[in-house]
Amino acid sequence: MLEPKEADDHKEIIPIKINDQNITVPVGITILEAAHQIGIRIPTLCHLDLHDIKMVNKTSSCRVCMVELSKGNNRNDLVPACVTPVTRDMEIRTDTLRAIRARRMAVELLLSNHPNECFTCPKNLECELQALAAELGVRQIRWEGERMDYPKDVSSDAIVKDANKCIYCRRCETMCNEVQTCGILSGIGRGFDSFVGPAFNIPMAESSCTYCGQCVQVCPTAALTEVNHTDKVWEALNDPDKHVVVQTAPAIRAALGELFNMEAGTLVTGKMVTALKRMDFDAVFDTNFGADITVMEEATELIYRMNNEKRLPMLTSCCPAWVKFIEHQFPELLDVPSTCKSPHIMFGTIAKTYYAEKNEIDPDNIVVVSVMPCIAKKAEAKRPELTKDEHNNVDIVITTRELGAMIKEAGIEFAELPESDFDSPMGMASGAAAIFGNTGGVIEAVIRTACEWITGDPLDNVEFDQLRGANGLRKAAIKVGNKELRIGIASGLGNARQLLEQIRDGKEDYDAIEIMACPGGCVAGGGQPYHHGNYEIVRKRQEAIYQEDKNKQLRKAHENIEVLKLYKEYLGEPYGEFAQDLLHTHFEERERI
Amino acid sequence: MKICSLDDLSKIRNDRRSLNSRINGRSIEDRIEILVGLATCGISSGAKETQLAFENEIKEKNFKNISVIPVGCIGNCYSEPTVQINVPGQSPVIYGRVHVQDVPEIIEKHIRDGIPVDRLALTNPVDNKQMRIALRHCGLINPEDIFEYLACDGYEALGCAVTQMSPEFIIDEVKKSGLRGRGGGGFPTGVKWEITRAQPGERKYIICNADEGDPGAFMDRSILEGDPHCVLEAMAIGGYALGADQGIIYIRAEYPLAVSRLNTAISQARKLGLLGPNIFGSNFNFDIRIKYGAGAFVCGEETALINSCEGKRGEPNFKPPYPAQKGYWGYPTCVNNVETFANIAPIITKGSSWFASIGTEKSKGTKVFALAGKINNVGLAEVPMGITLRELIYEIGGGIRDGHKFKAIQTGGPSGGVISEEYLDTPIDYDNLIEIGSMMGSGGMIVMDETDNMVNIAKFYLEFSMDESCGRCTPCRIGTKRMYEIINKITSGKGTMADLNSLKQLTYMVRDSSLCGLGQSAPNPVISTMKHFMSEYLAFIPDPRAKLKFNVNKHSRKSKKAD
Ligand SMILES: Cc1cc2nc3c(=O)[nH]c(=O)nc-3n(C[C@H](O)[C@H](O)[C@H](O)COP(=O)(O)O)c2cc1C
Repeated sequence: MLEPKEADDHKEIIPIKINDQNITVPVGITILEAAHQIGIRIPTLCHLDLHDIKMVNKTSSCRVCMVELSKGNNRNDLVPACVTPVTRDMEIRTDTLRAIRARRMAVELLLSNHPNECFTCPKNLECELQALAAELGVRQIRWEGERMDYPKDVSSDAIVKDANKCIYCRRCETMCNEVQTCGILSGIGRGFDSFVGPAFNIPMAESSCTYCGQCVQVCPTAALTEVNHTDKVWEALNDPDKHVVVQTAPAIRAALGELFNMEAGTLVTGKMVTALKRMDFDAVFDTNFGADITVMEEATELIYRMNNEKRLPMLTSCCPAWVKFIEHQFPELLDVPSTCKSPHIMFGTIAKTYYAEKNEIDPDNIVVVSVMPCIAKKAEAKRPELTKDEHNNVDIVITTRELGAMIKEAGIEFAELPESDFDSPMGMASGAAAIFGNTGGVIEAVIRTACEWITGDPLDNVEFDQLRGANGLRKAAIKVGNKELRIGIASGLGNARQLLEQIRDGKEDYDAIEIMACPGGCVAGGGQPYHHGNYEIVRKRQEAIYQEDKNKQLRKAHENIEVLKLYKEYLGEPYGEFAQDLLHTHFEERERI
Repeated sequence: MKICSLDDLSKIRNDRRSLNSRINGRSIEDRIEILVGLATCGISSGAKETQLAFENEIKEKNFKNISVIPVGCIGNCYSEPTVQINVPGQSPVIYGRVHVQDVPEIIEKHIRDGIPVDRLALTNPVDNKQMRIALRHCGLINPEDIFEYLACDGYEALGCAVTQMSPEFIIDEVKKSGLRGRGGGGFPTGVKWEITRAQPGERKYIICNADEGDPGAFMDRSILEGDPHCVLEAMAIGGYALGADQGIIYIRAEYPLAVSRLNTAISQARKLGLLGPNIFGSNFNFDIRIKYGAGAFVCGEETALINSCEGKRGEPNFKPPYPAQKGYWGYPTCVNNVETFANIAPIITKGSSWFASIGTEKSKGTKVFALAGKINNVGLAEVPMGITLRELIYEIGGGIRDGHKFKAIQTGGPSGGVISEEYLDTPIDYDNLIEIGSMMGSGGMIVMDETDNMVNIAKFYLEFSMDESCGRCTPCRIGTKRMYEIINKITSGKGTMADLNSLKQLTYMVRDSSLCGLGQSAPNPVISTMKHFMSEYLAFIPDPRAKLKFNVNKHSRKSKKAD
């Protein structure tokens, strides 16, 4: 199902005919692509072409894109446009009654086995099946009959699997197996009873799922969704005894606007803060503050590990899906990740200690809400080792999408909002923290600091182009004084696997490695607004993130005065005993199922 | 001992020359031979006990010049256990339903006194119309003894191929012979080999499809149980022709006897160097391994079969790419059916024009059919293409059971359609069967009489396809289910004319839109019964006024394939 696109150069050009239009196209493209070139829309459902990350779902299982292929003898074939390659002199009609009927009937059949609960469905108005039914003018479902009737899998803290809504497009399976190489989701059962789930249909929580949420991101219906925690947030906000603190991850501000019909890539930092204040959070802070602390810790740890001949490379540990991945898949490498907690967990810890003490609030009454682009963060917050003094570091995690829904529920006209600033002190953040949302950003932020610390000279150009880029697997050598730091970067767990195999087999030497589970980084996280197959959106979010960095006066984490104050007043030395106690964690070998 | 040349082969054959005469129905010199059919069908009817009884009886009576030889299925399944007695100088006699208690009588009368036991002798005229190519050795040689196969020209074709013929020549011969795939599709075998050969690829594979999931079909099993070497030999020839040095036999685990005989055959062939490196002293290397299927019908579809071989979920892929382009682990792969392979060696030894002289213009050679249902002689029959359905049913099949009247015949199993009486004189070949709304399929033929209700028959087949759907594509996963629900509603007397209409629409949609052959052909039994036996559908509809208004033709549209 996965097949990287070959370069289209020097490909033979052939004539074909679509709906009486004669065109020439390169040999080997699909009918769907050819039709697209001349503005003919063919509906699709299972089809998904994310060529940016080399994923094409070629299951051709929904049969919604059937078109009629002329055989010149009254015995035309119907073929699926999404996988049928064009051949010389092919004659295609997308608009015959037979094709239109077949397409509509395919949707009718899918609907005949789909719960009729659009009103209350988490994907209402975001559902591709729903949109398709409207597009194809389905007005009735002629074939009522038995429907799938499976219990919902709510075993995990992150992902809900509702097999009854599975239309068996297998996008999630392609994503999980071929891009992320986790192999959790695959077809189960046969015939009418088929759906996608973990092997033997074990509960998600018992599987080796990393909760990266890329399956949720590509699911056309609500068969896979995040666990919804918005009610918990409303309850906390309405509890007079609670001091509710919210923090927003770097990637939120680059995507939240999309949920309010704003152009992809619009930075909405100020509006977002205003919205959160109007929702009555007691303090609106920035996860970027936590990211700056993370840089302080990770840069120190890296230098320590380099200077003391400890285990190298050091891997960043901000991404909880990637952490769970290594625990399941490479337990023999558990000594390579940095022991740092992830930024929002560090933030939570500081909120319940330093912030609580300074403001004389009982930490038991502080509720930390994280707004994350990520579904795995929901499960991460529940990890037993991430509780300190019997309370959670972070209490509730909601995704960008959930925040958008809450803003709508609160009746806030987001696009019209004025801008405001994060609260002090944990709202101050550097540009280095901002780029945590992009692939390569965490390591770039760490390098900015490590560079100055190692050489002792100020770093003039803080932008490391070598560390940026679209490729899911990148290598760079960065000169730091008389040393060369060998850096590896992977986004997407399949790429991470390659990198880890290199390390395990001793094939490549690195000093530091950044891994993000989602292809493209957190901007493309499982909790972000649905991109519906348009990766252009993800690219715009990435640009917005780099813009956020550029907009900042302060671009190095170790220059964040609030962070420095925190160390001075409370934590002591970075990577020191107390800092380690509060801000570092450990990892565990997990079963591989 | 290894066979390293054609000379070695003919030496061995000469030593056993006498065996060859058994094939021609004569026994060896002064030995009397008792051939006991020990295929699955025979064994399940007690052939093992019969065999033992013969052996004991012979020992007791102290006969010296008699051999009891286990062989495969002769094809007379309606009369198992079957036993053939070859007495020198007499024509062979085939007995049916030979049980333990019948053994002393046969020994005394036939063997001792030379008078056949008429009461048990099978007297059907089968053999005048039958013509055995694929089944040439079945029921005549001991499938577990490679020397018996060698004695009747076994591995001669392979030896000639690898020492005297170029791959191109072999492909050309197979093309000229007109052999078409016996697995159902009828694709020209030589062309498939040629395409696979032409593909770039550092490695190629040849796969024998022995999944045989079609209910009521058992010709492939009979071949594998009765003559496993003929498949191994043909796979090696194919491998040589298309450039593969590895063969895989994909066989359902529910065929334990065939599996064990194949395993025996493979190790015997390896011992003699007929599989392995440098076959017949040439530089051609070839070996075969077995993969077990779990008996899902859809795993017989070639792309699903390949997925299953790779340990993946047994579901079909969209074609193109075809297996010949991108098959087993992405390498060019040729998938052929057991019976297709069974025809290869004779084509090589006797030549393409001999084979092409048999059959019809577009379908050459013979076809093995499994006759079942309301017919007297249930069993296997191999007949030349072009024989009519009538000849098959009445002459070979012995007509309809219990004096009933013929109503219809289902060919092609659940993927085919029913054929009504008016088409009985159609010469059977790939294209004619499609023309009349059915298909050859793998060769299962089920006969129905006037007591059968055609709607129920359609429902039965539909249920099979529905249950066997892998679920991948919408039309097959949900469409067959909805069709089944409607037909069930109709047969329970609750259907309406609207249901009939929507059933019809669904059949076309599922046929036109499904991903693989299973879904595309699942509606065939419904389409064909609606076409030929609409009155039986209407009889289930409770509202008689509606019936009058209904015009059957109004709803049939011009479209692909059957209608
Ligand atoms: C649902 C389905 C089931 C099939 N089952 C079998 C089978 O059991 N045996 C077989 O040889 N071919 C089967 N086929 C046909 C194979 O896909 C393939 O065409 C065949 O093995 C090619 O061999 P041939 O060219 O020698 O016929 C099946 C096809 C479909 C669509």
